[in-house]
Amino acid sequence: MSGLMWFAIYLAALLIGAYVFRAAGQAATSNTPKFRDMSYGEALGYVLGAGLLLWAVYYYFQPKILDTGVPNAGVIFFRWAVQGFIIAAVAAYLFRLLGRFVGTEATKKLFRSMPLTASFGILVIFIYAFVAIFAGAIAPYGQAEILGAANVMAGGDPALGGNPEYPLGTDQIGRDILSRLIFGAQNTVGIAFVTTCLSFFIGGSLGFLAATLQGWLDQLLSRSVDVLMAIPSLIFALLLMTIASVWAVELGVPLTIFMVLIIAVIDSTRVYRLARAVGLNIVVMDYIEAAKLRGEGLGYLVFKEILPNAMAPLLAEFGLRFCFVFLTIAALSFLGVGIQPPLADWGTMVRDLAPFINFAAFAPTAAVTPLLAAGAIALLTVAVNFVVDWMLHKSSGLKE
Amino acid sequence: MSSILKIILQRLGLGLVTLFVVSIVIFVAVNLLPGDFAEAILGQGATPESVAAIRRDLGLDQPLVIRYIDWLKGMLTLDLGTSFAQLNFANFGGAGTTTIAEQIAPRLGNTMFLALVTAAIAVPLAVTLGILAALYRNTAFDKAANMFTLSSISSPEFFMAYVLILFLAMLNPIFPSLSNIYEGMPFDERLEKSMLPALTLTLVVTAHMMRMTRAAIINLLASPYIEMARLKGLSPMRVIVKHALPNALAPIINVIALNLAYLITGVVVVEVVFVYPGIGQLFVDSVKIRDIPVVQACCLIFAAAYILLNLTADILSILSNPRLRHPK
Repeated sequence: MSGLMWFAIYLAALLIGAYVFRAAGQAATSNTPKFRDMSYGEALGYVLGAGLLLWAVYYYFQPKILDTGVPNAGVIFFRWAVQGFIIAAVAAYLFRLLGRFVGTEATKKLFRSMPLTASFGILVIFIYAFVAIFAGAIAPYGQAEILGAANVMAGGDPALGGNPEYPLGTDQIGRDILSRLIFGAQNTVGIAFVTTCLSFFIGGSLGFLAATLQGWLDQLLSRSVDVLMAIPSLIFALLLMTIASVWAVELGVPLTIFMVLIIAVIDSTRVYRLARAVGLNIVVMDYIEAAKLRGEGLGYLVFKEILPNAMAPLLAEFGLRFCFVFLTIAALSFLGVGIQPPLADWGTMVRDLAPFINFAAFAPTAAVTPLLAAGAIALLTVAVNFVVDWMLHKSSGLKE
Repeated sequence: MSSILKIILQRLGLGLVTLFVVSIVIFVAVNLLPGDFAEAILGQGATPESVAAIRRDLGLDQPLVIRYIDWLKGMLTLDLGTSFAQLNFANFGGAGTTTIAEQIAPRLGNTMFLALVTAAIAVPLAVTLGILAALYRNTAFDKAANMFTLSSISSPEFFMAYVLILFLAMLNPIFPSLSNIYEGMPFDERLEKSMLPALTLTLVVTAHMMRMTRAAIINLLASPYIEMARLKGLSPMRVIVKHALPNALAPIINVIALNLAYLITGVVVVEVVFVYPGIGQLFVDSVKIRDIPVVQACCLIFAAAYILLNLTADILSILSNPRLRHPK
């Protein structure tokens, strides 16, 4: 009851505060248009924002450990989040500054008009690519290496069950979590990247082919794609994975290869749609007619004439498709039918480490490990989406 | 009026044809499996005689087309057969086996409940936020909302789920992190238990709906009649709610229906995280033990719901747009 009462008091304070804020603004600035035309909702928004900011500052400086000796996990997580956000913003700012002075004239120009979110995205993509390529050199241990101690806590503090040799602890069978996270970049991101490339190869070439040849081939391909798209993709992927898991045993081929093929085929339907639509606009151009009259073959038409002119929309789509494929693979692995052990993979790690979350209230560092793996997935997709969002915004020339 | 009816009937027919073809795809895909159900049921202890007996029982000695027709007939009459797990159970002398229809029915209800709770939270929230973002476009609020929604669209469902568990179940025990729902549970308790999965799904779908609402409204703000409304001296809120919103309704309804269709796939992962006894969890469990009849049935149900919602989106957007209603 008292909770409800406090809520009512806060609400009333907000409502009155907004009114007072607007009136005070009008009086103090001798009724400038900004305050004169301010709607009540807008004033409420300012007061609400200021209130939230105040609360955030107050909460940030709460003690880390309660009087009872129990760590105040909420405050600790909040501090991490705020610090992470500030570090990310500063890093993105510095990276953009760097891009404005280093590089070719074209890239400098690009960086000059870039929002912070996009430069953050590019920075994160670079870091992921670096970690993925040099995983073997960066990671302190092997991805499947089983070390002496299992279930070592994260944080590296021996008093809390940690071990400085394993900064993020070890998992249930004693593999170093930090190394597995690093190798996860190689496996999860690498496999997703290969899958997306494959899906673009299949979808793109079939789409352009349908656009160039038209007729019955176009009809056949388009109608089959319609049918495949009528089944939700994750559900279809799960159905095909069930079947593939039987085939994998029968043929002795790793299930991961089947997964790459299945997701590539399912995803290529979306690429096909776009490639065909873009291709249809290109094949009516005069230069295509000229190339046809020159007697160029189909391969030349598709790869030398249509593809270069369809590159811009396909690139933006590549980013979105990559995110989608990446999330699908992560979801499949999380459900236990995706990337198979002993390969380290973020989706599988989240599922395996999830029970640690139950210790959040007493040992905040322990709860972090499953979230780190899930966060690694989220961070990359967020970064790619930021970049794609900016690219689309730039190419559409939207100002609002 | 008759033209609307005709268009709707056309769409319905198209939907039925799609569903029919999809059922063929699912059936054929499953029958590409090496070996057959009989061996799968009996496992390693299969003797040629028992395999032959089961094949006869299940009608596996029939040609593919006849088996497909039988399966389709079963689907239409809600006779989905019996799962492998249950058959095995029966083989080892277990009593009281249940059919797939009996297994699925309560779970389908649970999933529907979850989807409804999610929709009840997400749709008003998304539309309100979208209107606010359009009203205060290019302000700090809009930018923060844009960043937040973009992040929540791109995060995997299980990340959202665990973050919510961490903050709303572990650090501040407001909602339970396990959704152990049983039959005959009182409504309020049921609602409380399914709150975290519903909130997770809300986070995932709200973002998309909100962005589309904002885009649809902003798209209209450049039109002359909005300019007119502004020049009349109407307040910005009134311009948007009274003049822009009704015309933006078609894309908004469309995106809401599409997101409800998306819920159907999102529900799989979320149900697994929260151990919610819905159809998604049954599906994943059956995938893991390769229980083909259940996988097939669930897959068809998911596809049917997906097609139905897409169809609804299609029809609603035609109904709400006179230009689509009278195609030239």
